[in-house]
Amino acid sequence: MNAARDSTAFGLGVLFAVGLGISGMTQPAKVVGFLDFGGSWDPTLAFVMAGAVATYFVAYRSIISRPGALFGDAFDLPKRREIDAKLVVGASIFGVGWGLSGYCPGPAFTSLGSLTTSAVVVSFGIAGGMLLHRACAGWLRQ
Amino acid sequence: MQPHSIVTPLLGGVLIGISSAGLLLVTGKVVGITGIVAGLFRPRAGDLRWRVFFLAGLVLGGFLLSAFQPQAFPKTEGRALSVLALAGLMVGFGARLGGGCTSGHGVCGIGRLSVRSIVATGLFIAWGATAVWLAPRTRTASGRQPHEGPPQAVARTGALEGLVR
Repeated sequence: MNAARDSTAFGLGVLFAVGLGISGMTQPAKVVGFLDFGGSWDPTLAFVMAGAVATYFVAYRSIISRPGALFGDAFDLPKRREIDAKLVVGASIFGVGWGLSGYCPGPAFTSLGSLTTSAVVVSFGIAGGMLLHRACAGWLRQ
Repeated sequence: MQPHSIVTPLLGGVLIGISSAGLLLVTGKVVGITGIVAGLFRPRAGDLRWRVFFLAGLVLGGFLLSAFQPQAFPKTEGRALSVLALAGLMVGFGARLGGGCTSGHGVCGIGRLSVRSIVATGLFIAWGATAVWLAPRTRTASGRQPHEGPPQAVARTGALEGLVR
């Protein structure tokens, strides 16, 4: 059961990377170009998002009508619905970093496969930021 | 505005959507990349390997792209490494604090019609656009921003740079 699930996950990872690559999202300049509304605007990211969201929207509704996931796991769907300070502050911080670099986690880790220094630095930065949050959240809970 | 392709971006987006939906189908979870990685930090039994395998596939996919579609990656002239490191810290920290990244909130969340995710994605874009507008431009050899096209007669500086000149 788990072997089938986990090996499928491998293929899904390759698919995700290919999707990012052919759509241009592994080019930070294209992301920055989309965010450059006042300058030479590049709408590419909007089409990528449209394709991804539309696909997920259609698939989601039929998938969750199943009794459970394909290989026996129960569904583990997000439960939070409120717009809280963490969401707003977190998304804002993310946005600034994203605009500064043109990288978000998917393209960053995919780019590791291209073995460039930029990819390594931004990926380690992202991992570091995630761990930093974990440390801060743990500290705040004391 | 230069002409931009529509087909490959749409198709790439569809592949991303299929991958994300595939994860929901086989794991039962609504996750983007950050959510997948987060589960590595304190792994639970039976919940670790699929994450490692997905990420391995992601990196392998990147490697295959670099071999067969090298134009998928930038050649030169990106941000300074120090900026990338700082930006990465913000992306990682913000994604965890806000409960998701562009794939988690932007693709899965909006796909589920989650108001939280719609708000988060709106903030990603608003603050991202602000950063692009305000950040000191990387001066390339030609004096243009990396994402601008062939030289045009327009000379632009970042909003803040204009103030200090």
